[in-house]
Amino acid sequence: MQAVLEHSPPAGATALNQTKVRGKRTGLLLLSPSVLLLLVWSIVPLVMTLWYSVQNYNLVDPTLHGFAGIDNYWYLLTDPDFLHSLLNTFILVAGVLLISVGGGTLLAVLYDQEFFGRGIARIMVISPFFIMPTVSALLWKNLMLHPIYGVYSAMMRAVGLTPIDWLARFPLLTVMMIVAWEWLPFAVLILLTAVQSLDGEQREAARMDGAGPIARFRYIILPHLGRAISVVVMIETIYLLTIFAEISVTTAGGPGVASTNLAYLIYSRALLQFDVGGASAGGVIAIIIANIVAIFLVRAVARNLEA
Amino acid sequence: MATVELKNLRKTYLTEEIIKGISLSIEEREFVVFVGPSGCGKSTLLRMIAGLEDITSGDLLIDGQRVNDVEPGKRGLAMVFQSYALYPHMDVYKNMEFGLKLAGMPEAERREKIEHVARTLQLEPYLHHKPGQLSGGQRQRVAIGRAIVRNPKVFLFDEPLSNLDAALRGQMRVELSALHRKLGATTIYVTHDQVEAMTMADKIVVLQKGVVEQIGSPLELYHHPRNLFVARFIGSPPMNFFPAIFQGGDSAGSSVQLRDGSILYVPVTSPGLLPGTKVTVGIRPEHVELASSGPNSGVVEVVERLGAITLVHVRMPDGEIIVVQTDGAVLTEVETRVSLTLPPRNCHLFAPDGLAFEACHRHPLAA
Repeated sequence: MQAVLEHSPPAGATALNQTKVRGKRTGLLLLSPSVLLLLVWSIVPLVMTLWYSVQNYNLVDPTLHGFAGIDNYWYLLTDPDFLHSLLNTFILVAGVLLISVGGGTLLAVLYDQEFFGRGIARIMVISPFFIMPTVSALLWKNLMLHPIYGVYSAMMRAVGLTPIDWLARFPLLTVMMIVAWEWLPFAVLILLTAVQSLDGEQREAARMDGAGPIARFRYIILPHLGRAISVVVMIETIYLLTIFAEISVTTAGGPGVASTNLAYLIYSRALLQFDVGGASAGGVIAIIIANIVAIFLVRAVARNLEA
Repeated sequence: MATVELKNLRKTYLTEEIIKGISLSIEEREFVVFVGPSGCGKSTLLRMIAGLEDITSGDLLIDGQRVNDVEPGKRGLAMVFQSYALYPHMDVYKNMEFGLKLAGMPEAERREKIEHVARTLQLEPYLHHKPGQLSGGQRQRVAIGRAIVRNPKVFLFDEPLSNLDAALRGQMRVELSALHRKLGATTIYVTHDQVEAMTMADKIVVLQKGVVEQIGSPLELYHHPRNLFVARFIGSPPMNFFPAIFQGGDSAGSSVQLRDGSILYVPVTSPGLLPGTKVTVGIRPEHVELASSGPNSGVVEVVERLGAITLVHVRMPDGEIIVVQTDGAVLTEVETRVSLTLPPRNCHLFAPDGLAFEACHRHPLAA
């Protein structure tokens, strides 16, 4: 008797619970269209990629079909090109991050100073960001770095040096420079606004404390920029893992695989070698790598944003 | 401890002159307060002394050495900013350590100094807190600690209490005065709050539009303002003014005629002034006396009862409002007619150019 009394909740509470449940249900119902759309949008391609990655599927060889098991993965992972492209991906990301964040920080501090024509100079330093990747790659390939009629070649010839065929001799480095040129403005833009938000009295207090320009940069400005830098690193990494247009336009991944990154490798597997199965396996690996990077990145950034 | 001397200091921004030739000497251990309305140049002057603003012309001497072109960090000064300007990513200890570290002081010595200062300012429990975790008063203390720990020749304060609430401001005011007595350091303090100026200063410098209006002890400024501006600026509520006609004077005083025809014989000298000249009579609200009938009558417009005192605002026939400060228990009602008595010994006379006439007797507290 006692137990029964204890276990039966009062009538009012039941009614309340029912209202709560109904409210929740309505909420779910209203949410469902967007959830469904998102699901279709992301899950369907994912499932298709996973499916093709375990299939024998080559566009030029219809006789080859059926379940492939882990063959596609095996061929990809044992292919020296794959490791090379993975390495290239990381070199590209790290190099561009280093140049754009390092240069961006210095430029941001420079453009924070008062000087004649600062407004125009700021617009000019930002402008490469508005040029689309294919155009800027073409611009660099044909206008600036072309061994015969490029601006740099003309400059080198003018001082008696032999022009360098940049894209043939340093393909990865050149692609890195082009991409860094595109992303430097983004870093400058974000970091400049961050520098400007630094309290003027803090700098003055540091001056009163006897800090010279270098000490002020090291101990006052750089810590102040910490958050902004972590945001720049996160956003740039997301985009830089999938650089494609610049490679496609300038070197087409070559010579050999010297400038092929993972994104370009997947493209060449699928649309140059018509091996859909192999390309899908590459896609799955790219997803896994992106997620690993994302986990570390989000953790680091979250810690920085909290402080 | 040190002396500071300003010799005809000037500052020009583009074409506008902000500081128009200020000369001033600050003695050892002196607490000097710069006051003035906003935009008078008091902060600019302090920043020029600190080295944060260039000096356009004139000389700045600290301990007799010309320091116009010496870096701020090398002048041997420490400054407390209005916003405190603590380094947000460093804890309290590191905030205080920063200047010492840059100066190359050894670790053990730094620690000893910081701990000593933290004890003095009761900051010990917070040494490893970030500024963001502290209250306004604590941040203020850290900013002061950061200044003290460098053992500067001169302390500079730029409106340090203006971000605190009224109760805390009163408390910090007392603490700062006590600290100054204890350290005995030469101090320059900028404020627009005349209570801070009156209570803390050994010497007040009243500035207006880049010009020094008067330099003197707080009570000297109160009892013997040099001109109309200082008379109006020092004292709260501000001094009342009546237009009057100069009648004539001798060595013991000058007589003036007020609007209503009554004659006032004020104990100030008036050498060389022609009878018939328009002058201004000034008297502080606390010195005007209320009477129920007599000359100088007006209608009470507002009565502000503050408890201990009452401020009675009287509309005179010429439309001017005169404020009278009286006892808290006074029974005066709004809309009644009252008469004002102006005790001559408390009156000030100002010439048409705004300068005050010299009083025949200096006030004993302002000698």
